[in-house]
Amino acid sequence: MKRRGSVLAAILPLLWLAVFFVLPFMLVAKLSLSDTALAVPPYVPQMDWDQGLKGMQAFIAALDSETYVRLAKDRLYLDAYLSSLRLAGIGTGLLLLIGYPVAYGISRCPPTLRLALVMAVILPFWTSFLIRIYAWIAILKPAGVLNTALHALGLPGIDILNTEAAVLLGLVYAYLPFMVLPLYAILERQDERLIEAAQDLGSTPLSAFWRITFPLSLPGAAAGALLCFIPMAGEFVIPDLLGGSETLMLGKVIWTEFFANRDWPAASAVAIVLLATLVIPILMFERQQKKVLS
Amino acid sequence: MNGRPQIGGIRSSFAPWEDLSARPLVRFEGVRKAFGDTVAVKRVDLSIYEREFFALLGPSGCGKTTLMRMLAGFETPDSGQILLGDQDISAEPPHRRPVHMMFQSYALFPHLNVAQNIGFGLRRQGVPKAEITARIEEMLAMVKLEGLGRRRPDQLSGGQQQRVALARALAPRPRILLLDEPMAALDKKLREETQFELMALQQDLGLTFMIVTHDQDEAMVLADRIAVMRDGEIVQIGRPAEVYEAPVDRYVAGFIGDVNLFEGRMESAGSGRMRLHSTDGVFEADGTTPPGDTGWLAIRPEKIAVHSKRPPPGGNQLAGRLLDYGYLGDWTTYLVEIAPGRTVRAARANATRTDEQPLGCDDPVWLTFAPSSAVVLTK
Repeated sequence: MKRRGSVLAAILPLLWLAVFFVLPFMLVAKLSLSDTALAVPPYVPQMDWDQGLKGMQAFIAALDSETYVRLAKDRLYLDAYLSSLRLAGIGTGLLLLIGYPVAYGISRCPPTLRLALVMAVILPFWTSFLIRIYAWIAILKPAGVLNTALHALGLPGIDILNTEAAVLLGLVYAYLPFMVLPLYAILERQDERLIEAAQDLGSTPLSAFWRITFPLSLPGAAAGALLCFIPMAGEFVIPDLLGGSETLMLGKVIWTEFFANRDWPAASAVAIVLLATLVIPILMFERQQKKVLS
Repeated sequence: MNGRPQIGGIRSSFAPWEDLSARPLVRFEGVRKAFGDTVAVKRVDLSIYEREFFALLGPSGCGKTTLMRMLAGFETPDSGQILLGDQDISAEPPHRRPVHMMFQSYALFPHLNVAQNIGFGLRRQGVPKAEITARIEEMLAMVKLEGLGRRRPDQLSGGQQQRVALARALAPRPRILLLDEPMAALDKKLREETQFELMALQQDLGLTFMIVTHDQDEAMVLADRIAVMRDGEIVQIGRPAEVYEAPVDRYVAGFIGDVNLFEGRMESAGSGRMRLHSTDGVFEADGTTPPGDTGWLAIRPEKIAVHSKRPPPGGNQLAGRLLDYGYLGDWTTYLVEIAPGRTVRAARANATRTDEQPLGCDDPVWLTFAPSSAVVLTK
């Protein structure tokens, strides 16, 4: 009875992974090796189940890596790829710069205040993500809240909507909690006696921070960075709404290929490349998590 | 000196606090500290001398830790002064005080190895690299951890971690080393070993140590002098033997060791003796306190003799029934009922392996004690 329960407990997540990760991944991988066609669905080859084994052989023979070659030759895809990594990288850097002081500040507050501040960080999440990004459009647009306010103060307006700056603003805004929370978690449980010991042994408060608090919080910073970098690299909504047509990001490319160009193989190939790139940070994240937990 | 009986039967030549010309290393002058409405330290005057092993003893919440943390610089006194040598250090931040602390939790830096932990204070002082390396080796040898310099703190046993914490605090050669419950995390046997090592270390280095502890045995073994604290105040300061044999009040008598108390009216019995009339009998004890008042006679269990036959009349005597006993190997303790609901504790060292008159439960017993063994208390 007990054994059956534990076997079930082990099989369920595997089954879940198989159905919702491995299978879709294989479908996408297969799609990326197909060719486009004016048909429904818009790609060949299609598996002919009636022909059995022979049909399957023909099906496999028709798969090729042509799409990947096409992607590699076209600057657009490479540009979008690099641009995605660059924006995600800059965004992660900004998040670290902003998130660390926020998390540190909260962790130094009295315990009762801490909870309220953590809630304040999480609270925006109770509003729809889309509405919050649309709100940024209303703020940033030429005659928006920001410019109205600047004009009222007699200052020149700024027009950053549909630029990378707006995308970065949106990314930092949307992902800040994912940076703050892991950092806060590690800073909050840090033993205050360690700082006292460092000061006792001759460290100024600043030097105690850099020698003790900071190095001990690095696992939290790594967790936060990966937690933000990975989804940001594939982000679609923020660059689409705040970045206009100028901003190239892979998430947008995938959308365009799928829905505008009906080029499913290209979209799939881009998705596979993005996934392959992100696997490295994802594995790093996993290792980091294991280290923190142990 | 020779004719007068010495308290505790131990003669020690180290007593700078009795020397009026000696200058204390550390002085607390009228120090007070409150946290909100809670007064942690009420008003403390205290002097600690060079090379002294000083213990702050008291139950948790008595203010002893706050007092130590004020010396380390983690708390600032609300009023009063703390002097190190001639310098008022009350306002100095911890990193500018030549005072180092060994934390109860050790507070070893988990991301640094043993050698880096020990060298931490030296590096902050800007000691040359070669000298740091040499000093780390010296410290590792001193605490018997040679060859473990590259280990991380979490790869060490509790006892080893404690040694690293000690070496780390001693490496920058503090003028006074503060020890906050240093043995609390060690098991009994290791604790006893460590106590003697700590004493030897303090003697060899010629340093001043101040220890905070709630463990009276630890304070007795380690310290040259003990300050017993209660509710933010120092109740008594003295050598371990003085605190034990001549407590100033019932609190100190009861906190350090076991004690039997008899309450009653006191009168003078002449020649430095007091007579106490209590419901349990009339007893005599050495002492010169104002007569006529209510007072207490305190007598330690080991100073009470237990007899299985009625002794000749005279002297301090009590009759009772043996309620219970505990054989501890080196000692046997007796619980004797002298009246319904009234018990007295007695103890005897088992100096011989056999006894011709063994005692059993419910046996009638007689207790005697010498007037010089009892102490008269007025508080």
